[in-house]
Amino acid sequence: MTETTNDIWRLYGRPFSSRLLIGSALYPSPQVMCEAIRASGAEIVTVSLRRQSPEQGGGSAFWEQLKGLNKTLLPNTAGCHSVKEAVTLAQMSRELFETDWLKLEVVGDDYNLQPDPLGTVEAAEQLIKLGFKVFPYCTDDLVICQRLRDVGCEVLMPWGSPIGTGRGLMNPYNLQTIRERLPDMPLIVDAGIGKPSHAVQAMELGYDGILLNTAVAQASAPVVMAEAFRAALLAGRLARLAGAMPERQTAAPSTPTLGMPFWHQQ
Amino acid sequence: MISVSVNNEVKQCDDSRELSELLREWGFECEKIAVAINGDFVPRSQYSACQLKAGDQLDVLAPVQGG
Repeated sequence: MTETTNDIWRLYGRPFSSRLLIGSALYPSPQVMCEAIRASGAEIVTVSLRRQSPEQGGGSAFWEQLKGLNKTLLPNTAGCHSVKEAVTLAQMSRELFETDWLKLEVVGDDYNLQPDPLGTVEAAEQLIKLGFKVFPYCTDDLVICQRLRDVGCEVLMPWGSPIGTGRGLMNPYNLQTIRERLPDMPLIVDAGIGKPSHAVQAMELGYDGILLNTAVAQASAPVVMAEAFRAALLAGRLARLAGAMPERQTAAPSTPTLGMPFWHQQ
Repeated sequence: MISVSVNNEVKQCDDSRELSELLREWGFECEKIAVAINGDFVPRSQYSACQLKAGDQLDVLAPVQGG
């Protein structure tokens, strides 16, 4: 365990010990949301902005719950379909949540909520010039990831699979390639994680963190699932640090063959 | 009086009044919202200097859960 005792990672210079980033949506109740977030051990929570009428309380109740959690907030631009929308919503988020951190989402296709790769790069470039610390949600495309790095992103968040599908890592090869080609870039698998085993797989690939929401919020027992993901990220991280054995094509006995009984020279 | 759209709802207002006054009149607490007019962000510091025009489209946003 000595290798993980000080297993701190940094996002835009800020140190964190938990490698799980968790969403605040889709929980059966605000109370369950708070309990699940605490149980997950996550230090970073994603939030958003929407139209709300004063009659609905204008988001006050949620805002108070968030403050009570005392977590680092990561506002998103979910639902934005253009660079303009994303930049405007980012500016509104910065003022209201008092943070320059931003999970950038520019939707390119409504069927699978696939990020618009070109729009994401353009929006990231504009936002970084405006002083934002951009966490871009992107596809698992190496070149797009490189472009996002080139415009100044210091963390990348390629998808595992489309948001809310729970299908896990659709293309481990792509994710592994990004890891190998960008060895020093903090990488977070964002979206598509459905089960703790998916998170373990991503961490074993060398990813630095996981961002998820639905997998915990829509579990039958969200608080228990949050604990499961907490354990899974630790398992996957330890496995990565430990270094897995190489795969072999053929069997190799683990029990010594020397001294094997019931064998006699004919 | 002019007509503007606030979160897709038509509202009548006096175009000589400051945005901060109108927001309060419509029930919003300025420190708990963020505003865009016609798709452009309007910082809170500009509410007092901002006057609406007929047909302006306002988005008044508040914190919500997000993934």
